[in-house]
This record gives sequence, structure tokens and C-alpha cells, in this order.
Amino acid sequence: MTLNSRRQFLQTSGAGFGYLAFSALAHADSQRALAVKEPHFTPKAKRIIFLCMRGAPSHVDTFDYKPALTAASGKDGRVPGSKLKGSQWKFSPRGKSGLHISELLPQLSKHVDDLCIINSMHTDVPAHPQSFINLHTGSTQFVRPSLGAWTLYGLGSVNQNLPGFVTIAPPSLFGGAQNYGSSFLPAAYQGTRIGIDGRPIASAQLRDVKPLVTSQVQRSEIGLVQALHREKLARDIHNPEVEGAIESFELAFKMQSEMPKLLDLSAESQATLDSYGIGEGISTDDFGRKCLLARRMVEAGVRFVEVTHSDWDHHFKISQDLPNACKAVDQPIAGLLSDLKARGLLDDTLVVWSGEFGRTPHSQGADGRDHNNKGFTAWMAGAGIQTGFRYGATDELGYEAVQDKMHIHDLHATILHLLGLDHERLTFRYAGRDFRLTDVKGVVAKSIVRT
Amino acid sequence: MKKRIIVGIVLVVAGTGVIAQDKLVERRLEAGFVMFDRDKDDALSESEFKDLGEYSPKLKGKPQIVERLFRALDSNHDGMLSRSEYRNITTVGNGKASLEESPTSETSPSDIDAVAKPNEILSDESVAFFEKKIRPVLVDRCYSCHAETSEEIAGGLVLDTREGIRRGGSSGPGIVPGKLDTSLVIEAIRYTNDDLKMPPEINGGKLADEVIADFETWVKMGAPDPRDGQAMRVQPEWDMEKAKSHWAFQPISQPAVPSMGNHDWPRNDIDRFVLAGLKAKGLEPVGDALPETLLRRLHFDLIGLPPTPEQVQRFVQSHRLDTEKAVSESVDELMSSPQFGERWGRHWLDVARYAESTGKDVNLLLPHAWRYRDYVIDAFNRDKPIDEFFREQLAGDLLPYENERDRAMKQIATGFLAVGTKSLNERNSKQFVLDTADEQIDTFSQAMLGMTVACARCHDHKFDPIPQRDYYALAGIFTSTETCFGTAPTFQNLRSTPLIELSEKSGLPRMPNRLSSQRRSELENELTRIQRYGAFQFYGTAIKGKLTGQGLDINNDPKKLVMFVGINAKIGELKAELAGYGSDGRQKLLSVGVRDYPTAVRNPLPENPKTLEDAFAKYSGRPNHFRKISDCPLYLRGDVDKPSDTVQRGLPSMLGTESITIQSSESGRRELADWLVSDTNPLTSRVFVNRVWHWMFGSGLVDSVDNFGTTGQSPANLALLDHLAYRFRESGWSLKTLIKEIVLSRSYQLASTFDHNNFEIDPANDLVWRMSPRRLDAECIRDAMLAVAGDLQLQPPVGSVIAQQGDAGIGGYPIKSLRAPLSDDLFLSTNTKHRSVYLPIPRNAVPESLSAFDFAEPNTVAGSREVTTVPSQALYLLNNAFVGDAARRFAERLWKLEASDRIVEAFRIAYSRSPSPSEIRAVEEFMANFPSRDDDKAAWVSFCRALLAGAEFRSLD
Repeated sequence: MTLNSRRQFLQTSGAGFGYLAFSALAHADSQRALAVKEPHFTPKAKRIIFLCMRGAPSHVDTFDYKPALTAASGKDGRVPGSKLKGSQWKFSPRGKSGLHISELLPQLSKHVDDLCIINSMHTDVPAHPQSFINLHTGSTQFVRPSLGAWTLYGLGSVNQNLPGFVTIAPPSLFGGAQNYGSSFLPAAYQGTRIGIDGRPIASAQLRDVKPLVTSQVQRSEIGLVQALHREKLARDIHNPEVEGAIESFELAFKMQSEMPKLLDLSAESQATLDSYGIGEGISTDDFGRKCLLARRMVEAGVRFVEVTHSDWDHHFKISQDLPNACKAVDQPIAGLLSDLKARGLLDDTLVVWSGEFGRTPHSQGADGRDHNNKGFTAWMAGAGIQTGFRYGATDELGYEAVQDKMHIHDLHATILHLLGLDHERLTFRYAGRDFRLTDVKGVVAKSIVRT
Repeated sequence: MKKRIIVGIVLVVAGTGVIAQDKLVERRLEAGFVMFDRDKDDALSESEFKDLGEYSPKLKGKPQIVERLFRALDSNHDGMLSRSEYRNITTVGNGKASLEESPTSETSPSDIDAVAKPNEILSDESVAFFEKKIRPVLVDRCYSCHAETSEEIAGGLVLDTREGIRRGGSSGPGIVPGKLDTSLVIEAIRYTNDDLKMPPEINGGKLADEVIADFETWVKMGAPDPRDGQAMRVQPEWDMEKAKSHWAFQPISQPAVPSMGNHDWPRNDIDRFVLAGLKAKGLEPVGDALPETLLRRLHFDLIGLPPTPEQVQRFVQSHRLDTEKAVSESVDELMSSPQFGERWGRHWLDVARYAESTGKDVNLLLPHAWRYRDYVIDAFNRDKPIDEFFREQLAGDLLPYENERDRAMKQIATGFLAVGTKSLNERNSKQFVLDTADEQIDTFSQAMLGMTVACARCHDHKFDPIPQRDYYALAGIFTSTETCFGTAPTFQNLRSTPLIELSEKSGLPRMPNRLSSQRRSELENELTRIQRYGAFQFYGTAIKGKLTGQGLDINNDPKKLVMFVGINAKIGELKAELAGYGSDGRQKLLSVGVRDYPTAVRNPLPENPKTLEDAFAKYSGRPNHFRKISDCPLYLRGDVDKPSDTVQRGLPSMLGTESITIQSSESGRRELADWLVSDTNPLTSRVFVNRVWHWMFGSGLVDSVDNFGTTGQSPANLALLDHLAYRFRESGWSLKTLIKEIVLSRSYQLASTFDHNNFEIDPANDLVWRMSPRRLDAECIRDAMLAVAGDLQLQPPVGSVIAQQGDAGIGGYPIKSLRAPLSDDLFLSTNTKHRSVYLPIPRNAVPESLSAFDFAEPNTVAGSREVTTVPSQALYLLNNAFVGDAARRFAERLWKLEASDRIVEAFRIAYSRSPSPSEIRAVEEFMANFPSRDDDKAAWVSFCRALLAGAEFRSLD
């Protein structure tokens, strides 16, 4: 609700508390944590979809083409006793840009000219829990606010009838709620979880949106609550808490009808469902639904949507499991990008795809790859980025980022930059000092930003 | 600050003489010399020396003695102390020199004096040696952290000039020409001192032996060094003197009570201070609160529950007769009820970041943490003096005890240090040790001192007088302490510990969990089986030749690795479960807590593992250095791979009272606790009384309740704060006495009425011209719902829902362990009829009835809670089954009354007041127009829900 409509609303609500209430409004609004805020500079992206690939996808089998590794296959790896293992999947140049993507992702490859592939990602430790938390909060050591919470803190929420930060099917391990938590930021910035990793999203329930009574009864109940609120406000003259409560009940009433609608995919056309790979018994169904939910949410004004896919930890049967994981996400992500584009949303929506780290160019056992934090791949699509563009590189075997290295802090700084936020100015004072998402680090990768 | 420490540690003044203490003396004397030699003329003038004296606690303020000392040392009477003259300070008072007589001319032409001077003449050969053998190594391996151009200069040491390398850094001179033993650079590159190894691994690790030999040769040659130029001086960023003059570090004196003339408003001294503050700003206090409002306030503030309509009625009557007596009696009654401790204990649990799981990467339950919760509640109910309360939480295990129960309670108290977050999956055991100590330092310093000491882990504190050395002096105390938090060693948990086993004679309650003899033998059989299997696999692998001298090489055999980790985890889990029960099958009395390590390592890590478990212990066990009472090295930039010199365990120096020495046989927690609550420490009592004010008025006199440092808020009324702190200490740190003094003040009894004029001047009500309207805490909201519904179970449960679950984790592990992982839904929706303080508090899965209303974030110290108003709260109130249930039960209560009494009684139950005529009309209208006619009671349930959902239910005027 804008300040104007809020004023009108309070004005017409019959309390007649006049001047004093208005003088209090500025104060009350500053308390309204979720009000839309001005970014630091003109943003390229107004909202973000973060496709989180938990488990660490093998970069050398997907987006990081390493012919030298293939050539050296079977030779000694950098870890004593290990043998290099070239990708068993074919890479070929795609689209006009000619960027290489492996055959495991045929549908996504069609969108290569919309992607900016970052081959030089790196992070601090090769352990899932720490790095997963690091990817989300920029810290492995301390409990810190998540990227989504910082985004909401910086920009506020567009649609007050919906949560501003939604995370779809996050894991409950590897930090659990910490990965979408607000830590020392006000609780209003924490993410709203829909579903949980390991359970089909189609069965996900939202908390507290299903009324216990009929809509009519509830409406009249709310009517009474608001009458009591207006009585109290009239008595107290100045009470921002009650003003906030009046507003929150109106919003809640709308939210409880909007949220279930948002999760209801029945109004989507068959063509749309097909493009996301949604259909009973199809391996792309679950992730397709998640991606479609993400589109519906950003369209409805949710600022930050995260979607998690969890099956990327391929120590053993990579020759089977990696194709399965790729297949599960390939069509849905391709569908999402097409859909966003068709609706004109890709122009100001940033899509980010990343795991918590990558995998080793040498094999682990007969048919696996181990953790590798020193080099991996992320990609972006959509608002404000150079498309059909490859940024940074690992060494010729894919062990380590060597050119235009991009640490998690740099990724965070760049994402905030695209959202119109200066990561050095987005600070919150806590325990006597100003905290930021990027701590004292982070460099914006300017060359991937379209000018 | 750094300067004072150097002198403070080095010089122990006995009488008028000064005796050097330990081996570090030489280095530190040198550092002191360099620091105070401001004009860099390699000599101390008398004024420079006097400044140095000012930094010595015992010489401070004794200029005559310093003057005599200077004359005694100035052997050639040139008015300057050369290095060698200065160094004689170690002999003064030691027979060789005294202050009374001029020492005999004892010119010891030390090498330092001779060669440290600039522009020395160097031979071509020596320059060539330096250029060829030394400079390239310095550039390549050292300059990245130790040159003027470094991003951040480590340890204040720059090696890029002759001056810099000789002057050295915070630990002492880098190179002393001709002296291998005192050249720290040589010591560091030799890698013989565990705590000082340079270059670090990340810079390529130890130098080649030939290179080390070159450096030794070079030093023996006199360290010829052609690099002229002034070395950059690394200055502490803060101005120590300015920082030390900060108001919060000043002693508490009893402020004079402002004379308010014959003003009849004040009732007690608190009021006089408040009124003086108001008058100074032209503010007028508003009127007194209505008695029913006041009683509601007292009830929620003191016990966290609403008064019943009968209590309100009685109070209104007695208040009319004698206000002070009515309040006084009511307060006494409330403070003597067990609900007092439940309310106030929960306040402290916010500060103590109490929770029942480890949080972070692998979220495992802490099924014995509830004992600490109960200890805190009990302490508040007994009005345990707060100084004692603090001492027990830091060092209860080291304090004398009266009987086994007392002993057990004191052990449980140390759970304060054990219930913090833990990264159980941390691979680096040293990192885990230091992170644990850091978490403890961070918590105790914010909670009790109101200081953010942990900021000094990586560098001197940027704003407060806390040098990095002080941090590591404290860190040594905590790394000498064993933190016992339990947790079963599951697949992802590398960091499980024992628990504290309490005496069976303590008579403390225990969980009814039992281990049947059948289950015991199952577990024992399983343990035997898995251990045999583990041994078979272990030796099988060894026999295959994969057991090298370094251990098992299974890293490149993922199946084997996973199998071994799985076997080890299972053995650990089985052992942990068996260890939790006595032979009678009852659960042992266990608690989280801490204890001192022994003075010598008792169970060193196995060097040549013979079993699978030993192999894992070797890999992930706590390093031997940290398994005994010992000092901690200073880690440059907080990096565990960059140890610098060892810092003697000690107390923070910001108050200038750190001269207490720590016994070598104990960690130092006892001394720390004593110092914390000593008369010379003004912070602890100020911080605590401010918390109390915050909990009773909604904001503290110092708004930043956890931060009294220079970046914190200034006190709105310092005289009042000091008055409270002074009285608090005088009363023997009695919380109940303090609370009573506050509630009997007129200030506390003010109405919350809005006043435009006052609001214009003091919108935040910092000076207390009214009582600030407040939103109730999540616990109060939930408890009040249960109370209004007539469902509240006041009898506390034994243990907690978490304790019933035992050792388990929230979320999942990739490998099945003994216990299936618990769903977080289990805790999110937990609802019992007990008071909210007894709800389970797992990190990252706090029950929604608490998290909906800004429950304290249990990952860090949270002295104040957020107050947000968001739609999800409205959704919770409208649609949640718990609220629906309370509304239904509330309606059933009303249903029993005469129809004409129901509305009025409902308001009296829920809001502690009668409804206004317009409110009655609104309700009647609602009833008349209620859309559903199917069920008579439905309208009343809806009405009750509306009362619970209304903002007034959760607000306190």
C-alpha cells in the first residue's frame, strides 16, 4: 500500500484522529519494514529467481568445456593417486554465441544466447554444509542474514499481499532455515518457505492461510477486530502499533486468498505446463512445478524467489545420476526462460543458477567426482547482464578458477549491483558495527553488466 | 593500549625496584623502547621515559620515582637513555643497581646499539649476500603481509626496510644483528615454535633448510642491510586515552539525588532523577495509570500472565485505600510466585542465546540443555544475587559448594558457555577450538559486560580499547576449558563431546527415558558386531597395503571412505546411547556445561592409530595443545594458520584493573568471573540494571542494551543509571529489591497517555514522561491465550520435548544413522499447555507460536527483541488451530455465564478492563449480524477470537 492510499484508508476508517495521526505517519512508515524502498542507483533487475543446485553440479560435465582434460584422461590428477577423467559427454558450440554446453542440457542450450556463463566461481571450503550456507549468507563461520533477506531489506516488497521473499523446497539440513533467515535483520525480511526438499511440491501446504471458518464469518470477525482497533486508536490518539495492526489484517485477508491462488496451477494452459515439463509421472514434473511457481510469484510481485534442486552430489554413479539430475531441470529451466521472455519479464528479472561448489576433474572411484571448491560454474540470465557471454575461466583441466576469479562475495556483490544496490552501502548496524552481506570483501564483476 | 600492555606485563614493580619477569622481557623491553622513542633517535629522553612510566600501572602517577629511575639508568649523564642504559632497568632493584646510588658506569656496548644505527658502512660482499640470498626471499615470501604495500600489515611487522626488520612488530624485534636467539624472524622461519611459524602454509610454508641457513649466516654476519628509509609505523587505529575516557568505563559514584524542592510529584529517588531529567528538557510527566492498567502492567512485567478479573477488582479497591501498600503487596505476591522466575528467567535466556540444538551446518539436538533453562528460572525465583549468578555461569564448576545439589547446580550454570551455536561439520579441529572460544567470548562479553570483545579477534578493536592481545589473553582462558555439549557422533558430526555427569546424590529431576535391559543388550551386541566389522575392514585395508605410515589412504576410494565414516559414526552413536544410562536402566543425570582441562594432556591423540576410532580421532580430534591448561597464541588476522607469539592468559585491560594473575592450575575463568563482578568493574552492574530497565520500560536508559562501548548509545539519564547501579550493588545485587524500587516509583506507574508537547520534544520517550505502550513478548501472548482459555498448565514439565527425543538431528543426513532425522515440523507446530518458556527451542525450527511474534533470535545475544507488525501475524491469529482452540475454550467459559454478562466479562478476562459503551454496541452489532445461524456458540467463538486477535490483547499500556 502506498503512503497515499494508506492515508486515505486511515482517513476513511472513521477514527477521526486528525493531525496527530498524520504527524505520526512518517514514523509508522519507517517502521513498516516491507515498504518499497529506493535502490541506491537505477537497477537493472527488479526481482530475482535463484535456481539453487544443492550438492555441487559437475562443471566439467556441463558448462565448463575442457578438451585438454579429455585429452589427458587417465593421466595422474593433482591429488596423489587420482586419475584425470575427461567428460564422457559431448560438448558443442551453441547458438549464435557459440558457447559450449554439454549434451546433457539440450533444452537449456537453446537459450545459450540469453546466458552469461561464469566459469570462474570459487568458494572457501569443499564441504556441503559450510559452502551451502556461504552461498546463501556469505559466511561459513557466523550466523548471518541471507541474500534474500538483504535484498528485501534493501528494496522492500512490491506486493504487500504476498511475502517478499519465498523459498521453494529448501533443504532442512545444511543450515536449514538459516539459508533464508534474517539473523540480526528484522524478522520481516526472512524468507517464507513453501514445501521442503524431499517432498513433492504439489503437496506443499501453506501455514495459516486456510480459514477455520467461512469467508463470510471471517470477514465479519475481521470487521469486529478492526472496530476494536479503531476504538483503541481513538483512545490512544497516537499508536503506530495499532495502525500497523489495522493494516496487517486487511493485508492478511488478501494474502490468504492470493497465496493459495498463486500455488494453484490449474489456470495455466496445457502448452505452458508442457513447456515446463509438468505432467503426472514425468521426471521433470516436480522441478517444472517449482519453476512455474517461481514465474507466477515474480509476476505477482514477489521480490526474491529461490528454487532448490537437490540431487547433484555425484560421488558414485555419475554416469547415471548426472544425466538424471540434468534431465530433471533442463526442460523446466528452459520453459521458465521462455515463459519469462514471452511475458516480457526477463527484461527486468535476474535468473541465477548455481551450486555451492563444483567437482574434481579427476575421478573418485570408478564412476564419480569429488568436491571441488576452487573452480565451478554459475550462470545468469535476464536483466542487465551481457548475454551469450562467457566470464572467467578455470585452468585447462578445470581444477581452479584462474581468470576473472569470482568468489561467492563477488557473486553477491554483483547480484546486489544488478538490483541497484551498492553492496558496500547496504549495511545494518548491529552489535556496534555496520554489517554487510559481503563483509569486507566483494567486487562487482562490472564486465558482465550490460551498459 | 598496546603500549601499556607491553610495559604492564614486563615490569613487575616490587617496592621501588623493577624486576624483569620472563623470557619475553628482552623482546618486550625492546618493543617498549621503540614505541616510546617517538623522535626515533634511538634513545629515550626523560619525557619519553616519563610517558612510558605513565603506562605502567604501578609507576603511573609517581613522577618522582620515575625521575629517580631515569637518573639511575642514565649512566653517562647525557640526559638520554640509550638502549643499553634502558635495558639495565632489568637489574634495578636486583642488587646490581639501585635507585639510591648512581650505578657504576656499566657501558655494555651491545651489538644493537652499534649496528642499529643508520648509514652503517657495509662491505660489497655483505651487500651481495643480502641481495642474492636474503632480499629475494623476503620479497617473495614475506612482503605480501609484512611490507608497507601489504593490504593489511600482520602483527605490526614490516620487513621492507632495515629499520622495520630490526624494530620488529608487536611481538618484538625481528632481527637482532649477531643474535640468533633473540631474532624473532629466525625463530619463526625455523618452525620450532608451534605458535610462531613463518611463512605460513598459505604462503608456501616452511622455507628450505638452505634458505634458513642463509638467514642464520646473515644474522651472524651482523645482518648487513642496505635498505635505508624509514619504516612505516603501524599505529593502533583507536585513540586509547580517548576510548578509555568513555563514560561507561568510569567508576560508579553515588550520584547526589537531585533536590526537587517541595515538588510533590516524586515518590522515591528514582522519581527525583527522572523528574530532573524531564525538567531539564521542559517535559512534564503525564498522569498516573488507572489501577486496572497498572495491575495488568505489573502482572505481565513480573510474571508474564494477565491478572484475573477478581484480582483486578481487589486491587482497584485496595489501591483506592492506599496506593503504595496495594502496589507493594501485589509486587511481593507476584515476585514470590514461581511464575516470576519463568518470566524473568526467559529474559536472561534471550541474553544467553539459549537453545536446544546446535544450529548452523548440522543441526543436532542438545537434549540436556533444559537443565540450564531450569537453573536460570530457579536462580531468579531464589533472587540469587546477580554477581553470584554471573560467577556461577562463568565458573560454577570451580567454586566451592555446600552439598551435592549445590555442586550440580553450579555445574549446570556453566551451561551458559555450552549452549551456543556449533559448526559440527567443521573439518579443521583448531578452527573449531577457536570458534568455540570466540563464541564464548562474544556471548559473555556482550551479555555481562556490554562489550563486543570478539571484534578484537582479527585486529585491535576499531572503536573500543580492546587490543587484539587482550582478546587472545581471554581466548587462552576459554581454550583451556573443555566445553561439554554432547551430541552423538553422526555421519556429519565431527565434533561430539562428553557431557557433564552430575552426582546421583544431587537429587535433581531426571527424564523418565529408560534403557531396557533388552535394548541394552541389543545395543551392546550391535556395538560388538560393528566394532568387529570395523576392525576387519580396517585391517583388511591395512593388509592390502593401504595403511601407510601416515594413516589410511582411503580418500580416493569413496565407497570405503563412506563405509568407514559410517562405521565410526555408528560406533559413536551406540556408545553415546549406552553411556547415557546407568546400569539400572535409568537415564543418568547429565548436563551441558564446561570444566577445566588438566594441566598436562591426559589422553593425547593417538599417533599410530590401531583402530578405526583412533584413526578418526587422530584426524578430527582436538589438538593436543588445546587439551590442557595453556596460553593461546595470537592468531594474525584471526587466521588459525597464522599463529604469532603466545599471549599470557589474562583479563581485559580496558578498565586498567587487569593486574590479577591467573593460577597456572586453572583456566582463569574464576579470576575472570571475580573481575567481572568486582567493585572496580563499573560495566557489569550498569549493563544489568539497564537490562532490567529495558525489560520494565520497553527501552533501556542506554538503548543499545548489549553494547556499552563507544559505538553504543549514550545514556538518556546517566545519573539515574548510576543511581540504580549503585543501589543495586549496595543491595547485594538483588534483582527483586531493584524491581521493587522501580515499580514503587511514580515513574513506573505513569499512564501511557499521549501528550503532544512532550512528544514533540522527546518522541521516543527516552526520559520517561509516560509509560511507553509496548507489544507483549511472544511467550506472554501465548500464555495469556492459554490463561484466558482456562487451559494454562502452571505445573512445570520435567525436561523438555527435545529431551524426550534424545540424541537426534533436525533435517536429514545422507547416510542413515540409528535415529531417523526429525522433521522440523515436529517443533514448528509443538504446542503444549505448559508455559511458553518450556516449549522446545531448537535453532532454525522455533515453534511458530513464538516465531510469529519476534521471538529472540537464539543464535546470538539478544538483549532486546524486534517488534514487527506483519500480515503473517494476522494470519496466525485468524487461522491457526492453537488460537482457534483458545477462542473456543474462552467462549465455553463465557457460555456458562448469564447471557447479559458475557460481553463485559469477556473484556475483563481478556483486556483486564470493562468495555466502553461504543465497544459494547460494536459487539452487539456483530452478534446481531453474524452470518451463520447454524450454531449458537459460533458467534461467541468468533467474538472471542476477535478479542484475542485485537491489538489490545498483545499490548501493554
